[in-house]
Amino acid sequence: MGQNSGVNNASNNRKYLVSATIDAFFLGIYNVCRFIGRVFKEVFVPPYEFKEIIKQCYDVGYRSLALVSLTGFITGIVFTKQSRPSLSEFGATSWLPSLIGIAIIRALAPLITALIAAGKVGSNIGAELGSMRVTEQIDAMEVSATNPFKFLVVSRVIATTLMVPLLVLYTGLVGMLGSYLNVNTNEATSFTAFFKDAFTSISFLDISASLIKAVVYGFTIGVTGCYQGYNATKGTAGVGRAANAAVVVSMFLVFLEEIIIVQVVNYIRPLL
Amino acid sequence: MKEQLPRADKNNIVISVSGLVKSFGQLQVLKNVSLDVYKGENLVVLGRSGSGKSVLIKIIAGLLAPDEGTVNVLGNEVNKLDFKGLQAYRRRIGFLFQSSALYDSMTVRENLEFPLVRNKRNLSMKEVKEAVEGVLESVGLPDSINKIPSELSGGQRKRIGIARTLILHPEIMLYDEPTAGLDPITCVEINHLINKVQKEYNATSVIITHDLTCAKETGDSVAILYEGQFIERGSFEEVFKTSNTIVRQFYDYNFTTTK
Ligand SMILES: Nc1ncnc2c1ncn2[C@@H]1O[C@H](COP(=O)(O)OP(=O)(O)OP(=O)(O)O)[C@@H](O)[C@H]1O
Ligand SMILES: [Mg+2]
Repeated sequence: MGQNSGVNNASNNRKYLVSATIDAFFLGIYNVCRFIGRVFKEVFVPPYEFKEIIKQCYDVGYRSLALVSLTGFITGIVFTKQSRPSLSEFGATSWLPSLIGIAIIRALAPLITALIAAGKVGSNIGAELGSMRVTEQIDAMEVSATNPFKFLVVSRVIATTLMVPLLVLYTGLVGMLGSYLNVNTNEATSFTAFFKDAFTSISFLDISASLIKAVVYGFTIGVTGCYQGYNATKGTAGVGRAANAAVVVSMFLVFLEEIIIVQVVNYIRPLL
Repeated sequence: MKEQLPRADKNNIVISVSGLVKSFGQLQVLKNVSLDVYKGENLVVLGRSGSGKSVLIKIIAGLLAPDEGTVNVLGNEVNKLDFKGLQAYRRRIGFLFQSSALYDSMTVRENLEFPLVRNKRNLSMKEVKEAVEGVLESVGLPDSINKIPSELSGGQRKRIGIARTLILHPEIMLYDEPTAGLDPITCVEINHLINKVQKEYNATSVIITHDLTCAKETGDSVAILYEGQFIERGSFEEVFKTSNTIVRQFYDYNFTTTK
């Protein structure tokens, strides 16, 4: 039976192993693991919902362009402006392009993009699936012998996992462009000189680490939004809670993953 | 009023529910529900609001798991089926939700195509188009094909909901309040539709309703759910001839004025 019946059955048990709260916590973790397991299982099993995947990619990717462009651009400018005084104290403003390159590609672009996607895409997925759940649309898909998990969840998780990395690259480039405009007006650095400096300081490891991060964030945002929405209960208030939890939980997880990945990358870096 | 009961024969049972118990937290909704539905029969389930009628048919459709008891439909032990088995079983049943549950981000056409193209993958575009138009025709809403659910009235949504289940030619139809909140004329149309489904598709139906006219028009037999059990089961006349006051109330409140 669907993902839900497990939840329903469990909530009916009146005997607890430890206490209601602790049991619910571990049951929650168990359910999340099962949910993720099911995503991995169904990604590879045909039939594939290509049309829906493309539609979701469009929604996640294209529809977020305006927001990430603006944020990336402004972050580039502001970060450059704020870094200049410290560097100029040492007469090192010529290091600006490399500093910016490293800061944006290694840290800012993935994190900013992930947080924006968590807010915009995550809440959207949570609310959409949540309202489909509470208005019985997901049940209706189940009784018509179709697979709502594949149609709704798998396609969205694929879309966020593919699109967030692209958005991260895009945000990085837009951020560097913003930074270049500022450096160009202040230091009269040419376009080629700026980008040559910026990119020589970025290693292959930096870019691949950022892309791996982005894939992890995208997957996290998709799974969190879908899990919250797909398991929403208790009417319209539940939809609100699902959307809210989708954002809060995925932002929290993104920060957690950021810390872990940075540690790992810093451990690997000297080995290469 | 309908002619006669289809053969109430032991060999003809398609839905067999026995000893069903279902609770939500402290609330025991179904206490001991047993019910047989015969092939080709339209069974009307009556019961007060909150008596667990929707819960019962959700259990029959495998959407909810019972705490105790068995549900055997078309030879399937419903709550023991695995995912594949459940899908194969659900291909043979149709479920009209009390809330219609149309996919509100899709047009009517996409709503109807959704189950069809996913269950019959070898259909050509032309066949899909014909099936969609045909089923819309039979619910009397051919013009709504490009509308989205929020542009439809409640009754139109119900009818599209019926169309969406009919498109797979189910052997068993489960209707949850098909006429609730509709005007008398639309009610009659829906009643006709339900009877047409019985005849043309040879379907067996379980119809939940509060509307005794609908019950009388469509039901070959009536069962009354009260406090978690079926207390009465038989043809419309039989059931309402009884002296049981609880059963009489259903009838009296529907057909006598409250002056
Ligand atoms: N998912 C659920 N969680 C908790 N309680 C539920 C759930 N579904 C139903 N119930 C409870 O079960 C009881 C029966 O609900 P059900 O929807 O089956 O009633 P019904 O007979 O269909 O009523 P109506 O005629 O108003 O549709 C109600 O008291 C309801 O509160
Ligand atoms: Mg109901």
